[in-house]
Amino acid sequence: MRTIRILALLAAGSLGGTLAACGGDDAKSGSAAAGAGGPIAVKATDTSCEVAQNALNAGTHVFAITNSGAKVTEFYVYAAGDRVVGEVENITPGLSRELRVELPAGSYQTACKPGMIGDGIRSGLTVSGSSPALTEDALLAQATSSYTRYITSQTEALVQKTGDFVAAVKAGDVAKAKELFPVARTYYERIEPVAEIFGDLDPKIDGREDGATAELPFTGFHRLEKDLWVSGDVSKSGPIADQLLTDVKEMVTKAKAEKLSPLQLANGAKELLDEVANSKITGEEDRYSHTDLWDFAANVDGSRAAVAALRPALEKRDPDLVKQIDAGFQGVETELGKYRVEDGWKLHNQLTEAQLKGLTDVINALAEPISQIAGAIAQK
Amino acid sequence: MSDTTVSRRRAMALAGAGVAGIAGAAAVGSAVARQGAGASERLAAGAVSFYGRSQAGIVTPAQDRLHFVAFDVVTKDRNALIRMLKAWTAAAARMTAGHDAGAVGATAGIPEAPPDDTGEAIGLPPSGLTLTVGFGSTLFRDAAGRDRFGIAARKPAALVDLPTFQGDLINPSISGGDIVVQACANDPQVAVHAIRNLARIGMGVVSVRWSQLGFGRTSSTTKDQATPRNLFGFKDGTANLKAEETDLLRQWLWVAAGDGPEWMTGGSYMVTRKIRMLIETWDRTSLGEQEAIIGRTKGEGAALGRDKEFDEPDLAKLGPDGEPAIAKTAHVRLAHPTVNGGARLLRRGYNFVDGSDGLGRLNAGLFFIAYQRDPRSQFIPIQTRLSRNDDMNEYIRHVSSGIFACPPGVTGSDDFWGSGLFA
Repeated sequence: MRTIRILALLAAGSLGGTLAACGGDDAKSGSAAAGAGGPIAVKATDTSCEVAQNALNAGTHVFAITNSGAKVTEFYVYAAGDRVVGEVENITPGLSRELRVELPAGSYQTACKPGMIGDGIRSGLTVSGSSPALTEDALLAQATSSYTRYITSQTEALVQKTGDFVAAVKAGDVAKAKELFPVARTYYERIEPVAEIFGDLDPKIDGREDGATAELPFTGFHRLEKDLWVSGDVSKSGPIADQLLTDVKEMVTKAKAEKLSPLQLANGAKELLDEVANSKITGEEDRYSHTDLWDFAANVDGSRAAVAALRPALEKRDPDLVKQIDAGFQGVETELGKYRVEDGWKLHNQLTEAQLKGLTDVINALAEPISQIAGAIAQK
Repeated sequence: MSDTTVSRRRAMALAGAGVAGIAGAAAVGSAVARQGAGASERLAAGAVSFYGRSQAGIVTPAQDRLHFVAFDVVTKDRNALIRMLKAWTAAAARMTAGHDAGAVGATAGIPEAPPDDTGEAIGLPPSGLTLTVGFGSTLFRDAAGRDRFGIAARKPAALVDLPTFQGDLINPSISGGDIVVQACANDPQVAVHAIRNLARIGMGVVSVRWSQLGFGRTSSTTKDQATPRNLFGFKDGTANLKAEETDLLRQWLWVAAGDGPEWMTGGSYMVTRKIRMLIETWDRTSLGEQEAIIGRTKGEGAALGRDKEFDEPDLAKLGPDGEPAIAKTAHVRLAHPTVNGGARLLRRGYNFVDGSDGLGRLNAGLFFIAYQRDPRSQFIPIQTRLSRNDDMNEYIRHVSSGIFACPPGVTGSDDFWGSGLFA
């Protein structure tokens, strides 16, 4: 939770024109098979992801995904740097969905995500041949649609996991609610700069006790966090939990309709790292549960997604900056990876000052080049 | 207190006073003449040349303010380190000339990008800013013994680890560092601005380990600067090496060809010690005892038994009681060249007050900085003697320590800090 909404300011601001161009409809789940050779079959199970072809000609292709597993799955096509080129989510067991995606020549990865978590089951995909080079403006426009797909995937998981968390709180299952708290927050923290556009919703969902006012009392995730960790009594937390889910759903509806400009993406990527530096490394964010490293990792994920969306345009404008940023993300991943514990993270209060300094250093190393993206994007 | 085994130090008092900023402002090089400014003000505001055979900020007339910072290098990439040193050098050349840190400037860039200068020095003159860089032994071989940058073989023999002196209470987290930068200026905001911008440029390559602000110089480095006072109230730096003493500087300050690796020729070794003063107990010590401890009068700063500040101390002279006028354990005697094989130092320390401690005591003292040709025959033996015998040790505690190799100066815009080391 923060106070200055740069994204919101920019949304209303003057950088319209080519920068804010939002064209390039993401055209997912299309029904017509417009590709050269008909739909490419993808057989997804809980443990496999068989893509019928791993070499394609440049152009528009349709993937037809069939889920014969027992878990809900997702299918992604990633370009370099895990930029989402195409994505279809919520493929329930037994269902088939189609993904239409335009693929210029290059190296890609496909991924199924059974259970909708993790890096997924990946395979390489090579696209060769020529397709008309995109102009920089078109690349920037693509960034917007690429990021919109990311928002869609994250918000669906957010609603689901927040629902599970709320249900656990209302059932009085403190242990389960504690387990779900950092998981549900992960999806929120990944897209927080978007959530923050919508006025009071972010403070209602993610506000902290010290930020509460008469108009906006202490509610949301952190209020429930306090109930769970400090008193351990959630018998009266039901209304707060219900309101949290209502607010999250409202935010998600609005977020899906939002088209962010490339400049907003660039600033969002930076803001997420500012979040890490200002409130996660300090342990302010999750002061009762100390699960700050979950939020830390999620903020970095979100920043990476925003950068990935901008990557094709950025590579044309400032390839050195892209290299610095890649190295920066690598540095953060290595340092943060030291504190991984199974599917989660060490608690903030288990880290020494020196370890927190190490994390600060890698975030600084990443955030400086990321702060240069907006300028690189804006400068003609 | 009475704990005479604790710290015996020397550095501080020795000399000088001079309320900084008035006559003490002294010559600071090429002047940015502002209308109506007096001569000293003009000089204090002017620019000191960044380029030269040796680094500025050593024999440069001591400015009034200090921001000192120590960095750890956080990359293992030698090229990244060299790139940063080049970027630092370019920024330092600009900032010491009174310009912004970056080529674009604090306000001239596009609105979407963060400015390449942080802006707090807008409108301020160069203010005599000097930036002086030094390399710690951990740059050559880190604590784990690794030669991260392929320079271990170039480490000068004179860059030794300082021994633990008697009474040392060194806090490692505010000691040492791979690279240090001493920023001195006559305006504190100018010094802080310089360090802040260098730290920013270095992100991803270096990480700030510790830093220290100093607010009043405690030494004179030229003969026309009045001697300032330290927080004991005594003149500090009377017997300091001075810029005009070129023969002595050659003998005791500058590394000469053949002293060690060629890349250090024209450089100097810097020792830093943060010396906490136990202000409250000192203040209730009688004037006579204070003067006996220092070996100088508090007002004039004359060695005991002499009349004037710059009268040479007479270590053999006896007082009316038949005892030496300057006691065997007086600071002036123990620090005097004649009892240290002639060894001299160029001191450039600053007073500091870091607020108060949890007991309500002033957290204050001297941030001691001394430059020399070889610490093995200069600082170390001098401090060994002081740490064992100096009466002043009852009132001081050494809490941080550092020793650094300061390379020669940057010769032009195609040169950079440490170019010889990384050649």
